[in-house]
Amino acid sequence: MFIKRSLCFAAAAVFSMSAMAWQPSGKVECLAPADPGGGWDFTCRSVGNVMQELGLVDGSVQTVNMAGAGGGVAYAHTVSKRADDNKLLVAASTATTTRLAQKQFPKMTADMVTWVGALGADYGVIAVGKNSKYQNLNELMDAVKADPRSVKFAGGSARGGWDHLKVLIAAKAAGADKLPRIPYLSYNNGGEAMTQVVGGQVDAFTGDISETTGFMESGDLRILAVLADERLPGKFSDLPTAKEQGIDAVGPNWRGFYMPKGADEEARKYWVEAVDKLYNSEEWRKIMASNGLIPFHPPADQFESFVKNQVQDIENLSREIGLLK
Amino acid sequence: METLGFLMDGFAVAFTPYNLMFALFGAFVGTLIGCLPGLGPANGVAILIPLAFTLGLPPETAMILLTAVYAGAMYGGRISSILLNIPGDEPAMMTCLDGYPMARNGRAADALAASAIASFTGSLIGTIGLIMLAPILARFALTFGPAEYFALFLLAFATLGGITGKNPMKTVIAATLGIMISTVGIDISTGTQRYTFNVLELYEGIDFILAIVGLFAISELLFFVEHRMGGGRDKVSVGKLSLTFKEIVSTLPSQFRGGVLGFIAGVLPGAGASLGSFISYTLEKQVLGKKGKFGEGDIRGVVAPEAGNNGASSGALVPMLTLGVPGSGTTAVLLAMLISLNITPGPLMFTQNADIVWGVIAALLIGNVLLLVLNIPMVGFFVKLLSVPPMYLLPIVTMVAFVGIYSISHSTFDLYFMVVFGVAGFFLRKLEIPLVPIILGLLLGPEMEKNLGHALVLSDGDWSILWQSGLAKGLWLVAGLGLILPYLVGPILRRRMRNAIKESPVSD
Repeated sequence: MFIKRSLCFAAAAVFSMSAMAWQPSGKVECLAPADPGGGWDFTCRSVGNVMQELGLVDGSVQTVNMAGAGGGVAYAHTVSKRADDNKLLVAASTATTTRLAQKQFPKMTADMVTWVGALGADYGVIAVGKNSKYQNLNELMDAVKADPRSVKFAGGSARGGWDHLKVLIAAKAAGADKLPRIPYLSYNNGGEAMTQVVGGQVDAFTGDISETTGFMESGDLRILAVLADERLPGKFSDLPTAKEQGIDAVGPNWRGFYMPKGADEEARKYWVEAVDKLYNSEEWRKIMASNGLIPFHPPADQFESFVKNQVQDIENLSREIGLLK
Repeated sequence: METLGFLMDGFAVAFTPYNLMFALFGAFVGTLIGCLPGLGPANGVAILIPLAFTLGLPPETAMILLTAVYAGAMYGGRISSILLNIPGDEPAMMTCLDGYPMARNGRAADALAASAIASFTGSLIGTIGLIMLAPILARFALTFGPAEYFALFLLAFATLGGITGKNPMKTVIAATLGIMISTVGIDISTGTQRYTFNVLELYEGIDFILAIVGLFAISELLFFVEHRMGGGRDKVSVGKLSLTFKEIVSTLPSQFRGGVLGFIAGVLPGAGASLGSFISYTLEKQVLGKKGKFGEGDIRGVVAPEAGNNGASSGALVPMLTLGVPGSGTTAVLLAMLISLNITPGPLMFTQNADIVWGVIAALLIGNVLLLVLNIPMVGFFVKLLSVPPMYLLPIVTMVAFVGIYSISHSTFDLYFMVVFGVAGFFLRKLEIPLVPIILGLLLGPEMEKNLGHALVLSDGDWSILWQSGLAKGLWLVAGLGLILPYLVGPILRRRMRNAIKESPVSD
């Protein structure tokens, strides 16, 4: 352990001495735009710990919780009050891009911050109860195509939120029209929604794979499709993807960071590379495995455009269902 | 027995030294809060919520602490009833009837000991009932669809005032206030913002923990400042314990009847602990008739209502844990805490958060033993605390409330909000508008709205879905009864309760 850690320190030292003129000294702040206990809080705390272990920061990474407006308060804070802070990372996910796309952060857009990188994802699933007549995604989508009101979906986000959008992404890829007619019931969280599907009150569930493990293992929930490019690793490897069923729908709920736009270019480079290093470390692999995160890490130079594309896609989709005018 | 296995796991959670320490602390503070007149269990739990956040407790520990406070407050209420003839909280009212006369006859110590034992029995019966009933009801809850949930919430609102409630209009006003506050923020079924006026802090709605701590804890502080800034009460002496084992055994049937009745009253919506203790007392009077000397210091008149209100407090946890519908003010506060810990009550909680549910239930059992131990030898200590001037307690409570709320979200905005709620709570209480319906409106309003919306989506806009299933019909019927009964039975019951108190000769 000691040797490994000192090697890391040495590596970090070399790394910082070579090309990087800039490196963080003292306290680094990680802003979690929600109360303790949620996904953003988890991102900040676990990343902070691993960064310290790897010697990517010489001081400590302090997690600061700033809840409000689904991340909007923290976004506004970063844009207005911390615009040139070199030592600030803010946790983000697909929820952030969804709200940006739907203009739910008043007068703020995705290009007001710098998108640093992603550190894994939780993939979307579409599932039904064990007694459902639908055996695969095609049967379900055929029913939707024939009559958009015939299949009712339940999910843990608000109408227009990420869980709802995943249904629309899949339905659109399957060739369904009349997307706004597809009924979606929003619950406070995935668990509540799943209970209704398992209880047979609602036809299908839309959510993230990590939420479903309990009911999936007990056999109460049948997962029709994972919205990923390839089959997921480990215990999820039996689950078919939507793609292999001929429906080209992908829905990663990624976890990552953005930072202030006005930060120095060296600082930006440093954090992008730091996130790369972190993602490739053994320590982070372990954290991903134990928390149901699945590999997802667009190359550093493509992350910014990935985020912008996602925002654009969501914006188009939201317009299509009439959520945006 | 699957349940037994879960319970064993629960004990494993509750018996860790860390959790045990908080259970003991909660039991102690709860008793203290209960015995201070005016501070009820709902306020007590509300005051302790910020502490749980300040200390950064894990969910199961936080819930164990708060349930211990709840159970403790139910125990503590009797102390001032017996010694001062002032009920420490509403359910302890009936304990005054025979408790105070006993104290006057020089048997204060006996009354306190007997009522502590009765509290234990009542609570034990209630908790056993909870253990048996909750898993069954949780499984049954899976059959609840949006329409049934809507009817259930309707039932909760219809029975809000309770059968013995005084002023239904004020209850309605309070509940409406709660629902109005709850509409602020994003409406999850349409995705639109309501009443947020482009203030980012309002986008996620108003945190009910803020509302609870403000309404209950801060307004309580303001009341203290107004009324009791002066000295404490006169010291009361307890006297010597002369209770015999035989006397305790002779009251066991009363304790048993009280506990069972109380539990049933607790589970039923709208009934609650006050009614539980009242029915238990009345039944005792009926059963024993002339054989007893009720109102003149009959020990069974102390034992029955105490067993009743403690049984009811455990019973009230059943609908809260299984259906997410609280039956009383305190369970509403506990529900708010659960939700803010990201735990959804209902069938899922019994599988996904089994450690928390069963840890809390096990902690209730352990807490009861602790409370019994605390309450018999240490009763003198609590009596002494009764005479501590509140000016020493006030600053501590204030500090904990502010630090706790700030540590949740690090937002000064939230602190302002809490103070606003506190001031509002103070004036509402001056107007005698009850606070509990506000909390229930705040918690249940959005749920009811959501389920109505969902039911209509499922039926493609056909309203008849709301009363199609047998279960829904049954719930509508009970809701209807809950609305009408207070007008028919309420006045009679209230008169009886009042008469019962008047009859007691030494009451002043």
